[in-house]
Amino acid sequence: MSDVLEVRDLCLRFRGYSGMSEVLHGISLNVRAGERVALVGESGSGKSVTARIVLGLLQELPSARVEGGLFFEGEDLNRLSRRQWQALRGTSISMIFQDPTSSLNPVFTIGTQFAEVLRRRDPKLSREAADERAGTLLQSVSIHDHARVLSAYPFQLSGGMNQRVVIAMALANHPSLLIADEPGTALDVTVQAQTLKLMHELVERSGTAVLFISHNLGVVREFADRVFVIYRGRIVEQGPTRAIFEDPGHAYTRALMAAVPRITGGGLPELNDSESAFLDPMVVHEGGKA
Amino acid sequence: MTPLLSLRHVSKTFGSRPRAVHAVRDVSFDVAQGECLAVVGESGSGKTTLANMILGVFGQSSGEIWFDGKGLPIRRTLEHRSAIQLVQQNPLSSLNPKRSVGASIRLGLDVFGIGARSDRWRLVEDALEEVGLPGNFRRRPPAALSGGQCQRVAIARALACQSRLVILDEPTSALDVLVQARVLRLLEDLRRVKGLSYVFITHDLSVVRNVADRVAVFRAGRLVECAETPAIFENPQVDYTRQLIGAVPVVAEDELKLRESLSGGVPE
Repeated sequence: MSDVLEVRDLCLRFRGYSGMSEVLHGISLNVRAGERVALVGESGSGKSVTARIVLGLLQELPSARVEGGLFFEGEDLNRLSRRQWQALRGTSISMIFQDPTSSLNPVFTIGTQFAEVLRRRDPKLSREAADERAGTLLQSVSIHDHARVLSAYPFQLSGGMNQRVVIAMALANHPSLLIADEPGTALDVTVQAQTLKLMHELVERSGTAVLFISHNLGVVREFADRVFVIYRGRIVEQGPTRAIFEDPGHAYTRALMAAVPRITGGGLPELNDSESAFLDPMVVHEGGKA
Repeated sequence: MTPLLSLRHVSKTFGSRPRAVHAVRDVSFDVAQGECLAVVGESGSGKTTLANMILGVFGQSSGEIWFDGKGLPIRRTLEHRSAIQLVQQNPLSSLNPKRSVGASIRLGLDVFGIGARSDRWRLVEDALEEVGLPGNFRRRPPAALSGGQCQRVAIARALACQSRLVILDEPTSALDVLVQARVLRLLEDLRRVKGLSYVFITHDLSVVRNVADRVAVFRAGRLVECAETPAIFENPQVDYTRQLIGAVPVVAEDELKLRESLSGGVPE
């Protein structure tokens, strides 16, 4: 199966008051067509910056230095002009952010924002036609009173409803790659479960590949086919989800698993922070055969 | 034994007819000394309104709240306010960014008149050490601390005020899984050593399973189920509780089996 996205030896440094600080130390990962790949790690491990580099957002920041290979459907993204990057976002690559309410513009109705998204692919689309297509897309995310939702502002809808709208928008232009950055974290547990189930069904139907960023191992287990574990800007372990969960190789992955409280009980997890390998992100493991 | 906290037929209505919102309806439960009662439910189920009534942020529309065998007046005395403390969800925004963390902790001591004036910085440092932070952290601003450290400061602030009941409003949902495990362990140790009581508000049922003695399930302002923690997870009586447990993302096979055996499924 061909790679939709390939990230090769990606490095990121930020220029700050005290000199350059290195955030990503040469990470490599790939997402195949129709595959759901998770990037798992703690806050500050480099998950979200990786997503923003794939979208070409960090490259625009004067204080950021990005090096390494980025290939989307075989095309070298580093060679794209600013205009070409812009054309790619929201069409071939789209993204869902953590907080649905703040990722929608509060001063425009959902209908206006939907039309803007649809016109990225089809600039001459009339508002009526855009509303009709938006209605169909909202139906697909189980929003049945779409006329009300299209005329509403984001703050008039619940968090779960906004996240459904964002998912429908992200998939509106049939992207080859969807980047989902902690899509359920800001939601209630039941709404999160509904949202992930819905996303699962939609990407399966449309064959969209997903790069799923999360720190919630339970969610990753249920959603992803393959997992990359990122720790201090390095990929420390990768492999099929089942293999990683059944037999984690890296001490950091084991610590992450052990720290998750279980619904079967057994008390709070004991953390062994003194394990030397835990602090060594240079040790790389490959779980099973990917 | 008299319960530490007791709610009897407590209701809260915001606004008036015809647009009245019944945020909490006829809720009764007890929290014993040293007990951890988890309050679970979705957004809008009335969890935070309940916490605000216990804290005295606003009064209940009807019913009674008892603390340590005495009815709590709507206007709380200093003694009540220091005995019932709150730890909020977002540790960074619950601390004043313009004050050092030590000054935030000391404010409580000054307001409630705890300890001699000359002794209060030492009490602040003691409280920080109790939550596993060095005493000299008191000079730092909240922005210089990580999320987990800020949450420890918030817990230290509650401890320094000599609280007996701590309302924990989603105390770990903004934290990473490793930091969450450490903060939960700290809360558990403090409860055991100091005999604190907790009202633990959360929607994370896997945390509840491991920290709470009893669980109160809320839906649309009503208490729909209240029982010992093992009973809630092994034999939930209400469909809504089954749905909540069914929605928990799990990592292990045995958890998956438990979840499937409840067959609540993901709510539509």
